[in-house]
Amino acid sequence: MFFEDSVMMSRLLTSLTLIFHVIFATVGVGIPIMISIAEFIGIKKNDRHLQLLARRWTRGMTVTIAVGVVTGTAIGLQLSLLWPNFMRLAGNVIALPLFMEVFAFFFEAIFLGIYLYTWDRFKKPIYHWFLSIPIIIGSTLSAFFITTVNSFMNTPRGFEMDGGNVTNINPLEAMFNPATPTKVFHVVASAYLTSAAILATIAAIIILFRKGSEYHTKALKLTVTATFIFAIMTAIAGDLSAKFLAEHQPEKLAAGEWHFETEVGADLILFGSLNEENEVENAIRIPKALSFLAYGDFNAEVEGLNETPADEQPPLWIHYMFDLMVSIGFYMLGISALYLLFWKVKKWNEENKWLLWAIAAGGPLSMLAIEFGWIFAEEGRQPWILRGIMTVAEGATTSDHVGLMFILFIGLYTVLGAGCLVVLRKMFKDHPAEAEFESRYPEAAATKEVDE
Amino acid sequence: MGYEYIGITVLWLFLYGYLIVASIDFGAGFFAYYAKITKKDHIINQLISRYLSPVWEVTNVFFVFFFVGIVGFFPDSAYYYGQALLIPGSIAIVLLAIRGSFYAFENYGFKNNHLYMFLYGATGLLIPASLSTTLTISEGGFIEETANGVTLLYGELFTSPYSWSVVFLAIVSVLYISSMFLTYYANRANDHSALALVRKYALFWSSPTIIASMTTFIALSQHNPEHFQKAIDLWWMFGLSVAFFMIALFLVYVGKYYGWAFIAVMFQFFFAFFGYGASHLPYILQPYITISSGVTNETMAITLITVFIAGLLLLVPSLILLMRLFLFDAEYVKGKK
Ligand code: HDD
Ligand code: HEM
Ligand code: HEM
Repeated sequence: MFFEDSVMMSRLLTSLTLIFHVIFATVGVGIPIMISIAEFIGIKKNDRHLQLLARRWTRGMTVTIAVGVVTGTAIGLQLSLLWPNFMRLAGNVIALPLFMEVFAFFFEAIFLGIYLYTWDRFKKPIYHWFLSIPIIIGSTLSAFFITTVNSFMNTPRGFEMDGGNVTNINPLEAMFNPATPTKVFHVVASAYLTSAAILATIAAIIILFRKGSEYHTKALKLTVTATFIFAIMTAIAGDLSAKFLAEHQPEKLAAGEWHFETEVGADLILFGSLNEENEVENAIRIPKALSFLAYGDFNAEVEGLNETPADEQPPLWIHYMFDLMVSIGFYMLGISALYLLFWKVKKWNEENKWLLWAIAAGGPLSMLAIEFGWIFAEEGRQPWILRGIMTVAEGATTSDHVGLMFILFIGLYTVLGAGCLVVLRKMFKDHPAEAEFESRYPEAAATKEVDE
Repeated sequence: MGYEYIGITVLWLFLYGYLIVASIDFGAGFFAYYAKITKKDHIINQLISRYLSPVWEVTNVFFVFFFVGIVGFFPDSAYYYGQALLIPGSIAIVLLAIRGSFYAFENYGFKNNHLYMFLYGATGLLIPASLSTTLTISEGGFIEETANGVTLLYGELFTSPYSWSVVFLAIVSVLYISSMFLTYYANRANDHSALALVRKYALFWSSPTIIASMTTFIALSQHNPEHFQKAIDLWWMFGLSVAFFMIALFLVYVGKYYGWAFIAVMFQFFFAFFGYGASHLPYILQPYITISSGVTNETMAITLITVFIAGLLLLVPSLILLMRLFLFDAEYVKGKK
């Protein structure tokens, strides 16, 4: 039955691992850049608080990286364990970036090791900051490479099919396929956004519950400013992704937008529901906005789902995934802009309770947007594993027992997730920032008291 | 030399690298736990954690590099091993995941937590046991291909003396390599009490290692006479391996030149591992994949080799930097930094 169906269970297990991995991967891509910014400003302005901030973020990141590495190793192996037919075919064409991802990560891991243990070993602090650059390059490249693989699954290029065999292979063309630019841009921007938003959440919660100090106020200013900038980048990248879909993967856009018939000046449908006749009800309609989203022109023609054979249409529920992701995107943009406004207008208190709560919600919401975005992107490719070439059912393992493995991995991720939370909590609860500040920089802490 | 030979050599080198660094790491986890239950942890655990903290991630990367590389160079191996190894592979993933993350949890949050250290120590022995199954399977006779796909014959696997001798060899080698390294490291750190303890471990684990190697050879001659014959043709490689074993043992026994002793250990395993690998060819998986039937297309192979060389040019300097900062910086080793 359901549980014995190895294709179904392989899909579920892959989703489970990826949904778990991407939490840590996202943080692993985005936090290094936040650390680097904090350390740089800290050194330039000789601000001990920001330097301490960089230190404490790095320490937290070591734990999430550990989980990122082990779940990444899991998905790397599972690609072969669960999708042997797919890997046998795709491996011929797309092995290059998969291989390079490991190098990028290796590079990152080495410098992270050095960065972590050399805070006070250089005479000039800026030398230590230089070490953060290879970490950023490594982790962002790692996201780049793996995203090219996923892009390849959406728009396979760089080879020809000759019977069951692949010929005429061009690894670079496969890597730089039409989906790559927008996808990489959107994935990287959203990872930066999410990391900034999560760090803002932490600062906001501490100010709300523990009457944070100057340290937390500075942390909040830095992280929300970053959130604002990255939210703009993410929205631009998302818009470009939609334009990419309209051109190269119209069935995904059509299913996501419930756009059933090809038409000019297509409306954008927000939320709503479908009745028995597949008609849209209770939705908000924005006239002609879909044409604009897809082509930057309110009267452009947008291809509808009717052009795709029925057995090649993605499921329609991905509509909600898309809408939730976009709503969260605008929420992040709005809330960070509001904070900046309150901060610049002297009369208003940017640390008022409501605003802090709204910012606190931003981190978890952004992470949800990442998940919704991926589910939209991956379900929107159904039924294909390699669009137009191999279906998911053809790619899967024939081995029994995938169901059993699914249970095993649920157990594993529960343990890892819980362990990670417990350790992070303990790490920062046992060493509050104020205490660490005083023990690490006694001079700075002393002068501050005189000032006040 | 065809590019498939370059490919397999490069991958084998990486697997060899993993064998050494992972053994050090796996064994150290076991010794740390063992020292804790025998109340000797104050003697060596400081030493172990100073070595492990900066390098644990690098170890994992060696492994990922190997399996991503083998799927890239020999896509057929994804098909056969992927289907056959679903259960052992998943178990290995779970063990690796528990080990990696709990190491970080222990190190950054719960110093000296008993449960975490136990998990860390136990997985150190279980992982080599489960990974070594892959090598066993590659000898053929444990996999069946039918119209429905590829299945692993668990009955054969669990009743085969060869399979158990490989597991035994994997575990003792881990303990042997690790204790030999720790002996060298303790000496570098001028930590006499730790040195006395780990040197004892090293001497202890040397005889099971050589016994397990012999047993594995005998079991191989039963299980796969053809491979055994090819190994005999390469007798000089195994002979060199034994010679280096003697050198290492002698140096540790007289208590001199621990650095050279560990280098001898590395050569011991280098020759044994490459002797095994070379005699295994042309098969990657008997009888389904040979290196020429399973290899990827020429374009991809050449691209991968190019990238590999470029990558090495990037990585080797970074690795040297890491080692100079931590492994060979006498002050750091002694715990002064
Ligand atoms: C913080 C997370 C986040 C936020 C706020 C947004 N997205 Fe997004 N979106 C992602 C995180 C994400 C993602 C997780 O990164 C995805 C999944 C796959 C991908 O390429 O990126 C994605 C996919 C994705 C796709 C599918 C791309 C494809 O399948 O090739 C489109 C069309 C958009 N997004 C569009 C948008 C628009 C118009 C947004 C408006 C602001 C938006 N996204 C906000
Ligand atoms: C990390 C963020 C990602 C998430 C959360 C994610 C999520 C998912 C989900 C939900 C599915 C199930 C789709 C279905 O079967 O109905 C899936 C399938 C799959 N994904 Fe992704 N994905 C991510 C990134 C990637 C990347 C970067 C790759 C490529 C290397 C990839 C490869 C696959 C494969 C091979 C499948 C199975 C085939 C399929 O069901 O289409 N995924 N993923
Ligand atoms: C778009 C989604 C993904 C992103 C952004 C991403 C990014 C990352 C990052 C940044 C790391 C390092 C861990 C950390 O810093 O926390 C990592 C680890 C890893 N990822 Fe992912 N990843 C994604 C999906 C995947 C998929 C689909 C695979 C499978 C092919 C994969 C394979 C790995 C492996 C093997 C590691 C471990 C690194 C190693 O030991 O070499 N990742 N990933």
